[in-house]
Amino acid sequence: MSRWLSIRKDLTPGLHRRFGVLAFLIPLATWSLFSYVPWLWHPMVRVTDPAGVSWIKPGQILPREDFAKLVEKQAALAAPTPTGTPANPLYFPPPHAVGRALYTAFTTEPVLKGDKWLHQAIFASIRTIFWGFALACLVGVPLGVFCGASPAIARLTEPFVDFIRYMPAPAFGALMVAIFGIHVAPKISIIFIGVFFPLVLVVATTVRRADLSLVEAAQTLGAKPRALVFRVLVPASLPDLYNDLRLLLGSAWTYLIVAEVVGVSSGISFFINQQAKYRNFDNVYAAIVIIGAIGFGTDQALAWLGQRLFAWKNPRPSRLRRFFGRLTGAPGAARPADASRNAGEPVSTF
Amino acid sequence: MASPPESFAPIAEVLPDYRRQSPAVAARFAALHQRPVVLEIDGLGRQFAGEHGPVTALRDISLQIHRREFVCVIGPSGCGKSTFIRLLAGLDTPTSGRVLLDGKPVTGPGPDRGMVFQGYTLFPWLSVTRNVMFGLEMQGRARSEAEREALQWIDLVGLNKFAHAYPHQLSGGMKQRVAIARALAASPRILLMDEPFGALDAQTRAQMQAHLLEIWRNVDVTIFFITHDLDEAILLADRILVLKANPGEVQEIIEVPVPRPRRLDQVSSPEFLATRRRLDDLIHPKVHTHAAPERLPIVRLTQLGDDVE
Repeated sequence: MSRWLSIRKDLTPGLHRRFGVLAFLIPLATWSLFSYVPWLWHPMVRVTDPAGVSWIKPGQILPREDFAKLVEKQAALAAPTPTGTPANPLYFPPPHAVGRALYTAFTTEPVLKGDKWLHQAIFASIRTIFWGFALACLVGVPLGVFCGASPAIARLTEPFVDFIRYMPAPAFGALMVAIFGIHVAPKISIIFIGVFFPLVLVVATTVRRADLSLVEAAQTLGAKPRALVFRVLVPASLPDLYNDLRLLLGSAWTYLIVAEVVGVSSGISFFINQQAKYRNFDNVYAAIVIIGAIGFGTDQALAWLGQRLFAWKNPRPSRLRRFFGRLTGAPGAARPADASRNAGEPVSTF
Repeated sequence: MASPPESFAPIAEVLPDYRRQSPAVAARFAALHQRPVVLEIDGLGRQFAGEHGPVTALRDISLQIHRREFVCVIGPSGCGKSTFIRLLAGLDTPTSGRVLLDGKPVTGPGPDRGMVFQGYTLFPWLSVTRNVMFGLEMQGRARSEAEREALQWIDLVGLNKFAHAYPHQLSGGMKQRVAIARALAASPRILLMDEPFGALDAQTRAQMQAHLLEIWRNVDVTIFFITHDLDEAILLADRILVLKANPGEVQEIIEVPVPRPRRLDQVSSPEFLATRRRLDDLIHPKVHTHAAPERLPIVRLTQLGDDVE
């Protein structure tokens, strides 16, 4: 126990893995408990036998108090009493229903003609995110790098960017529709607005945090401003920039849901709204889980890739890095086996 | 009643004057002063804005450094040693005076004044070879040519086995050798070294000193070396510039009388000890050695009789 709870001490690899799995199992178990243990919560009753009461049907769900009153009333009339089982509200489907929906949501045809299949909706969403995020990076990363490198550019840019950053991106929705029409362009532009402004500031801060002594060393080696930016500041802050972009990609997903209801509703949020309208809450959960899985999956993949791309920041042998090393012809393929941190110095002779 | 410092007197009598030079050493200095001046420091001063008006970090420092001379700078902490070397490198601008390299004023950092920092400052994302190539590439050399030359420098500092290693795989001493190779590869007129061995353990430091002397002997380069280690200064330098603190001013410029080539066992030679004594007197003024050392106001927290010394 004390081994688990020691402050700021790394977990053993085994515990690290097991706790990672538990992080998902604990919420799932809690959800299952509330779904499957009848005396936990279950504020509703699902009717099994209406016993002649005309206004209820088998399978109908009504609040426990209402059902109890109904039973009391029937009993007072000496009529047969309806029976039912404890149930949860419709908006709280059990895990197996959501699990099933994860599959069936892909296989059921859209209710209305012209509606999109789930996979089409997901693809549309990913495309919107991709373009919004890519455009924001394309403009924002260079601008942020220049802000981080040059105090003059930073002072000319950052106060205004900071000002706009406080305006919520969805507030631009109506404006974007007026400018870009009702289809995918205003959605992309909202994600762009949501990502671009914080991105410039975050990238600038990261570049500013790069070790100044490396810049000075490069200057004494004859590096001119251009080389200082592209040969020193950028590679020095690249691992941190990469992580910044990972975090911002996450925030792009939060803007997606708002962006997609702007103009003609589309993508995964259209699917969610539509399913909620039909009260198919298991499908709603399934769609939300899919968003989470896509986001989490990309982030994990990017983290894995980053660790291998920037091995110098996080020293660990990596086959992928060696592969890239060979592609670019950079030395790095061969690692001296005896170059451990505490390798003894060769003995010198005076 | 015993008179306190009497016991040191015989040694002091044996030690020669630190200014007395053997004919060979004197001839060497005479030849050295005939060489052209590489770096001229002329009335150099630097003030910083402080809370209560300007603070003078350095005042009126003048010195001429000749070609292939080895100059060390020592001084108590806070005497502006680092400010001094940063001014020479062009990483900071003086508030008075000027620095001339080969007669031309220094206006900013440049490859003609290579610098080795205490914190290594190797580019962690580049291999040893690419680090050493950096200066050559900045001069616009072709990659293959730069690589060939870099490998020669890596050879010179004895790291050819580690040419493809990354900085984080190297020990402190190795990193500093790469930093030296990297600075030398850009073919500087003068190599500025800011306490380069300060972070190394005693044994590695001694090895690095030997390496550095060896490199200096074989490479056409002038060395300006900052240290707080008195023995290191005597072992390495032709001349030692002693600074005093608040404000940083030249206290004395000592011509080291220890003959060359230098060896580690010279630390017990009379010339070495005499110089060492002089530096001690300059850096740690006498007041402290006579008066009883200041006591900490500590009460006994251990049991009676539980003594450690």
